[in-house]
Amino acid sequence: MTAPTATAEAPPARSLSPASNPALIQLGIVAVALVIAFLVLGPAQFVNALTLGAIYALVAIGYTMVYGIIELINFAHGDVFMVGTFVSLSFLTSLGFSGAVTDPLLLVVLLVAVFAFTMIVMGLVGVLIERSAYRPLRNAPRLAPLITAIGVSFILQNVVQIFYGPFQTNSPQIFPTDWFIEIGDVTIPVLSIFIVAVAVGMMIGLQLFIGRTRLGRAMRSTALDRDAAALMGVNINRTIAITFFIGSALAGAAGVTYGLQYGVTRFDLGFQAGLKAFTAAVLGGIGNTVGAALGGFIIGFIEVAAVAFGYGRWGPAVVFGVLVIVLVFRPAGLLGQQVGERA
Amino acid sequence: MSVVQDLPASGGRRGGALRARIGEMSARHRSISIIVGMAIVAAVLPVLAAVPPFSSFQTQNAWIDGFTNAGVFVLLALGLNLVVGVAGLLDLGYAAFFAIGAYAYAYAASPFGNEILGIDVAAVLGDAAGLVFWPMLIIGALVAATFGILLGAPTLRLRGDYLAIVTLGFGEIVPIVFLNSDDLTNGTNGIGGIYRPYLPGIGSFSAVDPWPYYITMMILVTVVMIFCYRLAASRLGRAWEAIREDELAAAANGINTVTTKLLAFALGASTAGIAGVFNAAKLTVVSPDQFGFVVSFTVLAMVVLGGMGNFWGVAVGAFVIYTINNVLLKTLNQFFDTLGIPILEDIDFIGLQFLLYGIALVAMMLLRPEGLFPNSRRKRELHAEVTEPGQDEMTLPEVTEEGGR
Repeated sequence: MTAPTATAEAPPARSLSPASNPALIQLGIVAVALVIAFLVLGPAQFVNALTLGAIYALVAIGYTMVYGIIELINFAHGDVFMVGTFVSLSFLTSLGFSGAVTDPLLLVVLLVAVFAFTMIVMGLVGVLIERSAYRPLRNAPRLAPLITAIGVSFILQNVVQIFYGPFQTNSPQIFPTDWFIEIGDVTIPVLSIFIVAVAVGMMIGLQLFIGRTRLGRAMRSTALDRDAAALMGVNINRTIAITFFIGSALAGAAGVTYGLQYGVTRFDLGFQAGLKAFTAAVLGGIGNTVGAALGGFIIGFIEVAAVAFGYGRWGPAVVFGVLVIVLVFRPAGLLGQQVGERA
Repeated sequence: MSVVQDLPASGGRRGGALRARIGEMSARHRSISIIVGMAIVAAVLPVLAAVPPFSSFQTQNAWIDGFTNAGVFVLLALGLNLVVGVAGLLDLGYAAFFAIGAYAYAYAASPFGNEILGIDVAAVLGDAAGLVFWPMLIIGALVAATFGILLGAPTLRLRGDYLAIVTLGFGEIVPIVFLNSDDLTNGTNGIGGIYRPYLPGIGSFSAVDPWPYYITMMILVTVVMIFCYRLAASRLGRAWEAIREDELAAAANGINTVTTKLLAFALGASTAGIAGVFNAAKLTVVSPDQFGFVVSFTVLAMVVLGGMGNFWGVAVGAFVIYTINNVLLKTLNQFFDTLGIPILEDIDFIGLQFLLYGIALVAMMLLRPEGLFPNSRRKRELHAEVTEPGQDEMTLPEVTEEGGR
């Protein structure tokens, strides 16, 4: 029987719910993966991978939320992340900061300010994109919003290129990169701990928001069945706009952390990063926020492992290779649900 | 125009009696009308290039050369149209097959490639080494089609969006592989010294005379166009359309969706392979940076702007976009430089090319989602219940690809 299989295995895992999968199994998978990664990579690279993975995970969540609610691959999302790096960079340089800030109090204030500013700006950008490029096409054929998304991606890249030029721009690393914590003979940069903590904190916050609040419930119901949700009094347009706001704000936060960690950015950063983050979202099971986070860390580990073993140039190829393999054997992703396609 | 009027027409019965007759003739003798049409196009373009408004931009030879390059993109757009427009499978890594075709020719027709394959074309054929171009057009197509199947076999069971991302990944992997396999592909520098095509009587094509390339390209476009029309009208073409409209329903009606989609992938890829072989033979060098996402994206933009599903529309779309990019924007730069208008002078229009693409794509999807030259059936789909011409298209009813029909 070959004909029916084509659709029977189709995998739209549509639920944003954190409770849709047994949490224990997920935790188990994560724990095992972490132990394996630690053993393979060694402590220094393990921290690197965790940091990179945290950034990918933040971006991937935006992809997965948007896909979960309107089934659109938001190709512009990687570029929203890229714009986030530039917004945070501009914010810091316009305040006159160019290097590390060692005064702890000032640093905390500054970090809160830059995260808040970038996240709000990027959230609004995300809402603007949704309003102008996606909402008018909500009932159009699927291909249409996908193509506008690619168009928006090119617009964002080129607008940034006009303002900042085609070359690498330095981003102020206000978080001192020479702060280390020593555990035994392992030194861990405080910055990495900070980034992972911020990312994990945001993810937990998001889970609570989706799982416990009225708006989160509205988002889940809209993802499940838009028409039914509308009949129950959910304001669909507002809910989708909020989803875009949150997703883009998280991408903005990822942009800030990227600037802090790597100190440089460029107009075409978003394409590759977006691709990997989307891969992460698919890997984890698209529509599933926990899966996206897991996928982000996995991609981070794969990439760092490729570099560690001297195959850095093959990094992207390995990432996509893994994606293809996972999709072939588990079309709904690692944590996605196997759901039949709606007719 | 109203739906009722539109429904029975398949060729174009609207308009005057003469137009109706031409429409009917061309519908009945599709291949002949394509040959006639392409012959007219091929003859008119050089004439246009030699008359004032156009001849002031660049020389006729430069135009002919540009038309030939545009032809490469017309081929690519025609092939992608089979995949995206007819079968409704979003392929975002189409440039990979273009690359595979180009490298296939590079292996068959360059000293570097021959050494790796363990053959020596130049020793056997001498100056006529470029003869391999002709069989390679077919072999390149077959190689690309093989890779299309290799990629498609594991992934085509995936739903549309997943397919898009996997093809995008494939499109990224292929240049990376060509870039990093230094021993086999000469890495960043690519493979140079590729033989130009050779034809008995004409000799080897040359870099200074664009005509042989031009005519070859026109013939290739004609053949591919006929091929596409025949395919789309065949049982297979109808199966593709059925899958595009509703995969479940198509499967329920006995279409083997996996095989059918694989064929769309393979045939689309083979067209890109032909374009790749031609492009390699014309540039005489292939390198990984020729085949980035930008190429895939440009071709997709051509297909979408031209009008998905309509082969002539797509061909014209590709031609127009290529020409605008490579002639108009360049000319605009020179034009404003000479005028010396302060702000316009500083704008680099070529640099803005992708910004313009982006804006054009978004605007097109919002205002005219069927493209500039829409497929008549698709147009009806998209405007199915729009009764008044002036009605806002943004409130389109839910008659979509997903179902409803």
